[in-house]
Amino acid sequence: MNFIKKIIDRVKPTFSEGGKLAKLHSLFDAVETFLVVPNETTKNGVHIHDAIDSKRTMFTVIIALIPAMLFGMWNVGYQHFIAIGQEVGFFAEFAFGFLAVLPILLVSYIVGLGIEIVAAQIRKEEVAEGYFVTGFLIPMIVPIDTPLWMVAVATAFAVIFAKEVFGGTGYNIFNVALITRAFLFFAYPTAMSGDAVWVRTRDAFWWGAGEAVDGFSGATPLGQIGVAETSTPAFHDIMGNPIGFWDAFIGWIPGSVGETSTLAILLGAIVLIVTGVASWKIMLSVFGGGAFMALIFNLWGPDTAIAHLPWYEHLVLGGFAFGAVFMATDPVTAARTETGKWIYGFLIGVMAVIIRVLNPGYPEGMMLAILLMNVFGCLIDWFVVQANIKKRLKRVNSK
Amino acid sequence: MKSIKLKKGLDIPMEGAAAANVVSMSQPEKIAIVPDYFLGFSPKVAVKEGDTVKAGSVLLFDKNHPELKIVSPVSGKIAEVARGERRKLLYVSVKRDAVTTYEKFAPISLSADRATILDAVLSAGFGAFIKRRPYDVVINPTVTPKAIFVSAFDTAPLAADYNFLLKGRSADVQAGLSVLAQLTDGKVYYSVSPDTDAELRHMTNVEITEFVGPHPAGTVGVQINSLSPINKGETVWTMNVQDVAALGKFAKTGKVDLHKLVALVGPEVINPCYFRTFAGTPLSAITKCNISKGVNVRIINGNVLTGVQTTNDGVLSPFANEVTVIAEGDQANELFGWIAPRFNKFSNSALYVTKLVRKIFPKMAFAYDTRLLGGRRAFIVSGEMEKVFPMDILPEQLIKAMIAKNLDKMEQLGAYEVAPEDFALCEFVCTSKIEIQRIVREALDYMRKELE
Repeated sequence: MNFIKKIIDRVKPTFSEGGKLAKLHSLFDAVETFLVVPNETTKNGVHIHDAIDSKRTMFTVIIALIPAMLFGMWNVGYQHFIAIGQEVGFFAEFAFGFLAVLPILLVSYIVGLGIEIVAAQIRKEEVAEGYFVTGFLIPMIVPIDTPLWMVAVATAFAVIFAKEVFGGTGYNIFNVALITRAFLFFAYPTAMSGDAVWVRTRDAFWWGAGEAVDGFSGATPLGQIGVAETSTPAFHDIMGNPIGFWDAFIGWIPGSVGETSTLAILLGAIVLIVTGVASWKIMLSVFGGGAFMALIFNLWGPDTAIAHLPWYEHLVLGGFAFGAVFMATDPVTAARTETGKWIYGFLIGVMAVIIRVLNPGYPEGMMLAILLMNVFGCLIDWFVVQANIKKRLKRVNSK
Repeated sequence: MKSIKLKKGLDIPMEGAAAANVVSMSQPEKIAIVPDYFLGFSPKVAVKEGDTVKAGSVLLFDKNHPELKIVSPVSGKIAEVARGERRKLLYVSVKRDAVTTYEKFAPISLSADRATILDAVLSAGFGAFIKRRPYDVVINPTVTPKAIFVSAFDTAPLAADYNFLLKGRSADVQAGLSVLAQLTDGKVYYSVSPDTDAELRHMTNVEITEFVGPHPAGTVGVQINSLSPINKGETVWTMNVQDVAALGKFAKTGKVDLHKLVALVGPEVINPCYFRTFAGTPLSAITKCNISKGVNVRIINGNVLTGVQTTNDGVLSPFANEVTVIAEGDQANELFGWIAPRFNKFSNSALYVTKLVRKIFPKMAFAYDTRLLGGRRAFIVSGEMEKVFPMDILPEQLIKAMIAKNLDKMEQLGAYEVAPEDFALCEFVCTSKIEIQRIVREALDYMRKELE
């Protein structure tokens, strides 16, 4: 394996200061540290370090995202072939979904990482790993039919204005992937909502083209309940057959690519909790807050279908579970004190359900709830820190 | 006896603990006193090259408080007063006599008043061995501390075994504690662990507390925080128990005998053991022929968490009870560290199977070297420092206030109570590899400059 190091050592001068390609230094550095652990040693402070680092932490999140991503890809193909009335089998369904999602993933990574590398080069810092996760999240939280140019524009906007202007990974106030989603949602509402965007009826790479069969409707369950004329919270699949909690839990329903399967998301949650990468306190309290608020609406809410939606169905529909496990737990934008995490998560759950129920125009309450609480995360921390300060002051005064 | 259980913290398992035997060493011809080790001490030289000194003779005194002195641990001739850039004093070296002669002092009488006792302690150079908080620097003799803390055990990785260091010296420790008890308005807090030997557990004139738990249970910072936290305007003194024993011996006999036991430890030491020597001894005399060949090693004055990097040309720090030798690791060229299982790497996180490995192979040795094992980043992960920081302080918020040099916030969040060493474990576990001890040291220096 030493030949990798030899190659790196040979090309290093070209990319170092004074070399021909010095302008690509941060890119080279990113590749080098990806291949070989840096030999940089401590100069002061502790002489040994824990083997944990930001690369391993971030890639663990990606590993946790893989079940939901794979399920999402299959589901894209599954919904597509139902919509065009063909039966092709599991592998063809997955292959179609893979081909449909791949361009979005590539656009997200090329645009986002490109900006990240340029920014790192300007700041003369190493490329931080945060975007590896963000870039993986973006294709999972958009409708499959989002035009690629929109993904590119939204990604560029989010990375530049939600992250780099604040100083890069670790300094951002808002979750970058959610800003991408929010930008799409508000800038191109017609491409991001309605019944037509959630199930792909056209081809992927000239394959699988077909006409949507009669009776097809691509509305998501939350979309259906939001516009329901009765006050009974029922939803159906894209062919009009009624479905229920377990279908939504397993995830073979229309929706954003990675968010439909609560089961796959929970697999990811187990990875995140076992490795300790994400805070179980936040996850648990988001679900708790959502269930709590949904119960209140069930008991005393307005007489609409969405208010009557049982609390356990709130948790498996839309982006709720995905947001709770992968978005709310982003340590940079969440509350950072341990007490703060409980409050932060709980309020996200509460807000998400409030937005869903009281504003049927935004069935996707989760995104707005998390972005809103991103702002208040610092405030929650401020109160927790203030309590510590008061305790210390009391110690002086009680003497 | 009060017992306090600490749950937070981390014991880092390392190979190369010192065997319980003292190996005789050839005492060095020349020793050097380095004032830089005494933080907060502005040195003025009291001797000239060629002067004759005895053990206990004053070599340096402090510019701001001339009664604060650093004395020679040996008798001999001043060989060199070395200065660096801008005439900064680097060290004073003494060429040893074959037979040590001692400066004569009167033994300390405990019935004397505080001023007389303090004067005796300072004139024999023991003041320089006492640190104070806030700021973790050498004491200000004009301020009377509200408490004095002495810890009778050390929980740091591969730390010297204090039971062994102080074997048969309990009378000296007791005498030293009794002297300290005269110097404070409050109490002397003396902390022991469940493993502390019986002879060291029973001391009078002090408040004894037993601390149970992982590192940093043995550090004075944690003990102060749980027993007598420092408020604004208060001062606490701390002293290492080996220095307390030396002070006790001085109090009884009037002889300044700064000999102490030092452990040579670490995975790269062939025969880890103890030596009897004194501060200022060249490290080459201690490490001679006892370090693995063919490995690029780092020699550390102190333990791997808080020690000072040095070389064989360096001398033993007056505040170190051990010299640790570990591999530098700068030629490791490890591939794909972010995904490789790395069973032999130690981590407090669950991103590695450290806990499982330790359960299945309790004797497994983890490989340590001085690499960062990652890149430096901004704060990303939250909650990891709190797990190893058993003080009623919010570590991350305090560190951020320190980075921002926000004096009000630092004060409110408890900067008066901490020393850089209290954050050593936070720095160890930090995913973003932030240099926390350096940040704390610089912030405390800044506070001291602004507020004193």
